[in-house]
Amino acid sequence: MPDAGASTMRADIVVVGAGPAGIAAAVAASGAGRTVVVLDASPRPGGQVWRHRDRASLPSVARMWLDRLDRSGATVLCGAQVVDAGPGARIGAEYQGRALKVEAQAVILATGAQELLLPFPGWTLPGVLGVGGAQALLKAGMDVRGKRVAVAGTGPLLLPVAAALAKAGADLRMVAEQAPPEDVRRFAVSLWRTPRRLLQGVAYRASFLSVRYRWGTWVRRVAEMGGELIVTYTTGRSSWAEPVDLLCTAAGLVPSTELARLVGCEVREGQVVVDGRQQTTVPSYYAAGEPTGDTGMEAALVEGTIAGLEAAGRGSGEAGKLKAERAAHRRFAARAAAAFRLRPELRERVEPDTIVCRCEDVPMSAIRHGWSGRQAKLATRAGMGSCQGRTCGAALEYLVGMARDTVRTPLAPTSIGVLADLASHLDESQGAS
Amino acid sequence: MTTRPDVIIVGAGIVGAACAYYLSRSGMRVTVLDAGFAGGGTTAAGMGHIVVMDDSEAQFALTSWSQQLLDDILPGLPPSAEFERCGTLWVAEDEPQLESARAKLLFYGSRGVHAELLDAGGLARAEPMLRPGLAGGLRVPRDGVVYPPAVARWLLDEATRAGATLREGVAVDAVHGRSVTTPAGRLEAGAVVNATGAAASKFTPGLPIVPRKGHLVITDRAPGFCRHQVVELGYLQSAHTMDAASVAFNVQPRTTGQLLLGSSRELAGWDPSVNRAVLSRMLARAASFMPGLARLPAIRTWTGFRPATPDKLPLIGAWPDVEGLWIAAGHEGLGITTALGTGSLIADLIAGKAPGIDPAPFAPGRAATAVH
Repeated sequence: MPDAGASTMRADIVVVGAGPAGIAAAVAASGAGRTVVVLDASPRPGGQVWRHRDRASLPSVARMWLDRLDRSGATVLCGAQVVDAGPGARIGAEYQGRALKVEAQAVILATGAQELLLPFPGWTLPGVLGVGGAQALLKAGMDVRGKRVAVAGTGPLLLPVAAALAKAGADLRMVAEQAPPEDVRRFAVSLWRTPRRLLQGVAYRASFLSVRYRWGTWVRRVAEMGGELIVTYTTGRSSWAEPVDLLCTAAGLVPSTELARLVGCEVREGQVVVDGRQQTTVPSYYAAGEPTGDTGMEAALVEGTIAGLEAAGRGSGEAGKLKAERAAHRRFAARAAAAFRLRPELRERVEPDTIVCRCEDVPMSAIRHGWSGRQAKLATRAGMGSCQGRTCGAALEYLVGMARDTVRTPLAPTSIGVLADLASHLDESQGAS
Repeated sequence: MTTRPDVIIVGAGIVGAACAYYLSRSGMRVTVLDAGFAGGGTTAAGMGHIVVMDDSEAQFALTSWSQQLLDDILPGLPPSAEFERCGTLWVAEDEPQLESARAKLLFYGSRGVHAELLDAGGLARAEPMLRPGLAGGLRVPRDGVVYPPAVARWLLDEATRAGATLREGVAVDAVHGRSVTTPAGRLEAGAVVNATGAAASKFTPGLPIVPRKGHLVITDRAPGFCRHQVVELGYLQSAHTMDAASVAFNVQPRTTGQLLLGSSRELAGWDPSVNRAVLSRMLARAASFMPGLARLPAIRTWTGFRPATPDKLPLIGAWPDVEGLWIAAGHEGLGITTALGTGSLIADLIAGKAPGIDPAPFAPGRAATAVH
């Protein structure tokens, strides 16, 4: 029978995602005496923000939390790709090429976020990449020494990426922030309330002081010519072109809500709805960090801790102080979101022949306004490729307000064999024994 | 000012689209209504296998005639229709199944359909990824594959060019003889065709059509893994047992290089959720025939609802209880294959012309008498 290759683990709490929110949740729940299993698809815990090969290279706060996780007694399974979930607090994953079922009393969704990649003319050219991808490649050892690099887009992520590129020896030519100068200025002034963030921003900026850092400037298009990328910048009033070797773009983050949607959690405006205890609308499912729409590592740590304590049944006492902290982080996130909201001109960059679905090479001209995601898929194959709309779905939602298609198993590509084993293993009629 | 159409077709799946195509080409003024969007229902959920069937004379007549009609429209079909004449390879696990393959060969041969019997070695050469130890098979080279939503869309585009009107997002509340009721009011016509597939009995009580759920899984691109639509001969047993959930091995290469895996049959009402027990059995069955499938990455699963009838034949023709009401529904798993034959039959019957094949076996009244 198919489940010959499947195994089962039992724990009080299963945490999906080992970024800051998941780590904090696992540490809190373990500390409250619960058995915890943490699943993460990456080779090491840390999530996107603390992605690393060598822990010593990480900032102290990251090392501290990773050490706490090590000591917590939680079982951390890296390389575990979650594929299916339910019924109840059961999670199905592909782990070491085999099906793994984790049976728990509660699930904490700490699934993080992914980069929003907005289409514009030239965005699929080699050498054009998202800042998240650029950061991952840098950490994996990408050599940028002497390469002419531009960083363009929006939000607080631009500065650390620019700083990291400069530190890695890149010939940084431009940092372009699309938000209007008055919005960025208002945001910067508001940073006096969080002096640590202010200092951090100053430190990042200091690391590439000689480089232009322009507000109210965005990339209109990129073209490839004679082996270099010709980037056309615009301020809306004037446009100019400059050659680079590498362009890193940032349009913000999209909460990863696929697992939440699969199990039926309410998701509103792309964010998992949670109550004050970080509990979703599905009993025994909690969510923390980016999926709830509260961006940033600090918010993730606080929300993860609250979710871990609440899921462990220890919420009432310790979580009170944390909730005040959470409120402060949410106010900061709201100010950042307001300052760095995407200007409408970014939508207008898309031309009829601009590719909107990379997996299936679907141009914008094939997409009609008013279509649902499913309609676009059936008519054009947009979203039918191996990423199953995880990239183009968010972009089309932003560009034309397209509703996303439903989520089903497998949440990520997995082998037919594992899919069969998991389906059999998670099936109530067979798996309950 | 809109003139009253000659025919209102309710349902813009591939069957309704084919009805619109032939009716509008015969000069009728046609309006097609769909609650969702064209080709978005069962049409989008199916495999798109174009296959000649031998389980009854009537089914053979309709499937083989439909294939001839497909040949007529092939030159006009766009690349998005993904037509490929990959042939069907019926796989025999053991000697009794090979015997049934021989019977199929005789049936097809005496009716002018080319087929080839393969022994174990021939089967292995035809599809090297099949497991060793199978008895043999039957290859039917003229069968093929299409992408059904694109075919439905093309048929509707052609119908529109011939004067038909397609109105998507129009929910029909009730279907009458020469009119339908919508939230915006009553629409009159000379005739109404109920082509709402698995939902047909909601609009025409007494139609013995029930939704029969199926699961499909698609893989990432794996070009060259198999060449034919490969189906186990046991599929026919699965298709013909109406009781519990049944699964059968059925794999299809798409022009994209992806593989589409089926199949399951289950009476579960209108619950669209993935039934994990059925999914797991279906995939295990597929991997038992082609062990290499187990290693291929699956990227998506979905479900759909076949419109099933008790006697396995669609209902095509006048509905005797209601003057001016026609039925084109109940095709179960053969709606893509037989849509063109169905559309042509409906167009000829409504126009009072002699149809291309004998319509008697498909008369919806046969079902009515059985039900009453």
